[in-house]
Amino acid sequence: MRAKKMVDKIKELMYKPERIRNMGIVAHIDHGKTTLSDNLLAGAGMISEELAGRQLYLDFDEQERERGITINAASVSMVHEYKGNEYLINLIDTPGHVDFGGEVTRAMRAVDGVIVVVDAVEGVMPQTETVLRQALRENVKPVLFINKVDRLIRELEVTPEEMQKRLLKVITEVNKLIKVMKPEKYNEWKLDVTNGSVAFGSALYNWAVSVPSMKETGVGFKEVYEYLQNDEWKTLAKKSPLHVVVLDMVVRHLPSPIEAQKERIKTIWKGDINSKVGQAMLNCDPNGPVALMITKIVADPHAGEIAVGRLFSGTLKPGMDLYIIDRRAKNRVQTVGLFMGPKRVEVEEVPAGNIVAVVGLRDAAAGSTCTSVEEMEPFESIQHFSEPVVTMAIEAKNPRDLPKLIEVLRKLAKEDPTLHVTLNEETGEHLISGMGELHLEVKVEKIRREYGLEVVTSPPIVVFRETVTTTSPVVEGKSPNKHNRFYIVVEPCPPEVIRVFKEGLIDLKKTDKSTKRKILTEAGLSGEEAAGVQEYFEGNIFVDVTKGLQYLNETMELILEGFRDAMRAGPLAREPCMGLKVKLVDAKLHEDAVHRGPAQVIPAVRSAIFAAMLQAKPTLLEPYQKVFITVPQDMLGNVTRELQGRRGQIIEINTEGDMVTIVAKAPVKEMFGFAGAIRSATSGKAIWSTEFAGFEPVPPNLVEEFIMEVRKRKGLKLEIPKPEDFLS
Amino acid sequence: MLTLVGLGLWDEKDITLRGLEEVRKADIVYAEFYTSKLVGTNVEALEKLYGRKVVVLERKDLEDESWKIVEEAKSKNVVVLVAGDPGVATTHSSLLLEAKRKGVVTKIVHNASVISAICSVTGLHSYKFGKSATVSYPYKGMVSKTPLKVIKENLSVNAHTLLLLDLNPEPMTIGEAVRIMEKVDDGTLNHFAVGVARIGGDCYVKCDHFYSLPDHDFGEPLHTIVFLSKKLHFTEYEFLREFADAPKELEEFVE
Ligand SMILES: Nc1nc2c(ncn2[C@@H]2O[C@H](COP(=O)(O)OP(=O)(O)OP(=O)(O)O)[C@@H](O)[C@H]2O)c(=O)[nH]1
Ligand SMILES: C[S@@+](CC[C@H](N)C(=O)[O-])C[C@H]1O[C@@H](n2cnc3c(N)ncnc32)[C@H](O)[C@@H]1O
Ligand SMILES: [Mg+2]
Repeated sequence: MRAKKMVDKIKELMYKPERIRNMGIVAHIDHGKTTLSDNLLAGAGMISEELAGRQLYLDFDEQERERGITINAASVSMVHEYKGNEYLINLIDTPGHVDFGGEVTRAMRAVDGVIVVVDAVEGVMPQTETVLRQALRENVKPVLFINKVDRLIRELEVTPEEMQKRLLKVITEVNKLIKVMKPEKYNEWKLDVTNGSVAFGSALYNWAVSVPSMKETGVGFKEVYEYLQNDEWKTLAKKSPLHVVVLDMVVRHLPSPIEAQKERIKTIWKGDINSKVGQAMLNCDPNGPVALMITKIVADPHAGEIAVGRLFSGTLKPGMDLYIIDRRAKNRVQTVGLFMGPKRVEVEEVPAGNIVAVVGLRDAAAGSTCTSVEEMEPFESIQHFSEPVVTMAIEAKNPRDLPKLIEVLRKLAKEDPTLHVTLNEETGEHLISGMGELHLEVKVEKIRREYGLEVVTSPPIVVFRETVTTTSPVVEGKSPNKHNRFYIVVEPCPPEVIRVFKEGLIDLKKTDKSTKRKILTEAGLSGEEAAGVQEYFEGNIFVDVTKGLQYLNETMELILEGFRDAMRAGPLAREPCMGLKVKLVDAKLHEDAVHRGPAQVIPAVRSAIFAAMLQAKPTLLEPYQKVFITVPQDMLGNVTRELQGRRGQIIEINTEGDMVTIVAKAPVKEMFGFAGAIRSATSGKAIWSTEFAGFEPVPPNLVEEFIMEVRKRKGLKLEIPKPEDFLS
Repeated sequence: MLTLVGLGLWDEKDITLRGLEEVRKADIVYAEFYTSKLVGTNVEALEKLYGRKVVVLERKDLEDESWKIVEEAKSKNVVVLVAGDPGVATTHSSLLLEAKRKGVVTKIVHNASVISAICSVTGLHSYKFGKSATVSYPYKGMVSKTPLKVIKENLSVNAHTLLLLDLNPEPMTIGEAVRIMEKVDDGTLNHFAVGVARIGGDCYVKCDHFYSLPDHDFGEPLHTIVFLSKKLHFTEYEFLREFADAPKELEEFVE
């Protein structure tokens, strides 16, 4: 009954964008996001109070319950009354574990604001920093909820002064991060207790306070302290209820889609802002063309695949045909709806400004642009912070299930772009790569349970990168028909150049010449190189420094194909390349186009690059992790021993009370099985987390061993290729 | 010894007597049909006439693994059969170079080529041809502009352009070639051309406006096109009128 009425209200409010708030909840692992989301839902009358918090209603996935962590971002809608007006709150609860960071990044595209949750006892943690950066990069505005304040008093037994000091410290730290990460918005977005952009409380015990709420309820710090000391949290929760204080903060401080889209569109879309669709998005216009960005694909046992995303303009209705720009496909919308907890409610239509669930967009993947405008410029692709560094080989236990396994793997990759699937029809070796061991474990378990497929997996492995450390001589690559020659030099690319491309500061097709030249020369290229950059591909660049060569233009696409081919799998161990600057210094081309087609140019360029790499002191890079471990003082030795056995370097040791926090860096390859090892080394007393820390060179004495290890696994000849092998 | 033997333009009977002698003397007889084809026949018919087994090579055998053939030719008489005249599909020059470099004696037995036969069937003067070009299949939607560029260059010196048509994966037809060229046309192609099919066999020759060529039924490949220069010698015009059903308007271009 209540649910039905709620649906009606939501249906009404979705047409009033000024009364909508799209927001996410982000935090370090276990800081209480899901508990908070549950209790907001309960407070808004969406689920019973008994269910909320204790059972983690939003962690409805079996694996989430068993593991006690959130794995999938979950969308819900609820209605909140503020100053006599009702508001529609679309909320996305995100996971805190680093391995599922992709879920956070994607969710940030759908929302306009976030509640950053911080555990009052643990304070700002590495992942707090990461998720905040993810939000700010998407131009999403933060407010702060400091959670688990009950623990300060009950567990740490702090004094009222100490409590205030700790809370202020959290705010100061978060503000510092905002200032560094988004200086241009700092004045506007700075968190401030007095204006109510910060609230404190306990998600579990259902109370919260903020300066504005104190003024209304009369419940201030002093009262909170007293209630908690007397264990009267129930009274506290009645007098100053969590959902009222937190949702009031959301309505007051987070922008409506109307406000937000005015600012955000420019960050997430690089098309012509004066075009029809550009203006429609800027104004969140329900009568404009449909522009929808998919941020999540959910597999539903009944409806099949449901695409969830943010509708920036237009009104979505069943029967519409939408172009899936990035897939060059056209799909028909079957149903449209909103999410409430795990339930999807179908509605007749959904207007701009909402988070919508669509059935029928079978070609869409997480990250797709779906629109009624055939030629629409797609939304900026969603950039992930981490990279898939852990890999496993996977096969079907019963060879007959292979086609099904391939289908399932494709589906999983579509749902989760941070999961990379490499299908090798030739060798039959299928690899899945993900953000960490847990990420892969969860996916494999999902294949077993949800798709009923028995699979066998290899132990986790890392994917190395092949790179060079010096400049190669000019290498001549010949086409198979020997009528075309390419002269190529390979050398290390300045890291700053890679960063410029990775962060999308340059678009080779759109950035004008002089800006491009300026940015790239500042980043470390010569003027000639800057003008000649043809392509950026997965951490490598291709530069054409030839002058006025006949026919080179129409051959360039083939040359680049050879370049990309080489970068996907290098000569040392067929691992991807990274950090290379590949330069074309000269070419001799056949007059006639058939004699310089793909079968000639691609292998010629690829072999030349390989031969050049082998003459430029090639080596391997391996992924590293930063590890943060907090343990009681007396266990410090056990921890450092464990890290040193794993080629770890200790970066920092901080003592606070009788606890120490160790910050270290170690190769991902050595970190497999760390969870179990650290548990036994510290009798389960360690709290730890990791963060991707980029790629670093493999120590010289290990390079050959690692190359052979990979070659063996891939069934390649057990010797390092020589330049001659690629030149004929 | 490595001998390239030209097979001419149509079927097994086009081989020359000299070529047949070389085939019969050879230790091994190879053939390649990726640079051109003999549409009027098949391998069995060749084998039957020559009385020899013929091994068909693929592109990679003669390019990536050319050294194997050259190696074989060090101790044996190796013949490679090529449609047309062997040297005209430029790429075989590198095979001969490699053989010479490795001390293998080489030999060529000539035959008719599309390059010369085109003059015979169209009556166009061989002196008036410029560079030729191949219309290739677009790669990932990208159409090569080279043929268009070549036509322009030739037009600027009043030369005809022989357009050969891509063979791989399928021999291209005149209709397809016109549609491909249309994608990059900047107005240059608004002129007359001659479509030619199956030279040496049931040859069909038709002169018309370039964009009207697809309206005629040229039948099975191989096809080729000559894009005419803007000035024709009167004998060229007369020949096209009598043998290629040229439209009346072409007369305007006679010098
Ligand atoms: N004492 C106390 N415990 C809390 C509070 N909020 C949450 N917790 C507990 O903290 C643990 C983690 O809570 P979750 O809500 O699952 O945390 P989360 O941030 O969603 O975790 P992930 O999604 O896995 O990152 C649970 O055991 C909660 O009961 C609080 O206000 N006080
Ligand atoms: C590379 S060329 C031929 C080279 C061959 N060695 C020669 O000398 O004739 C191949 C192209 O010439 C044309 N061609 C060859 N033989 C032909 C024939 N008998 N009739 C029409 N066109 C022909 C076709 O367009 C074919 O794709
Ligand atoms: Mg959670």
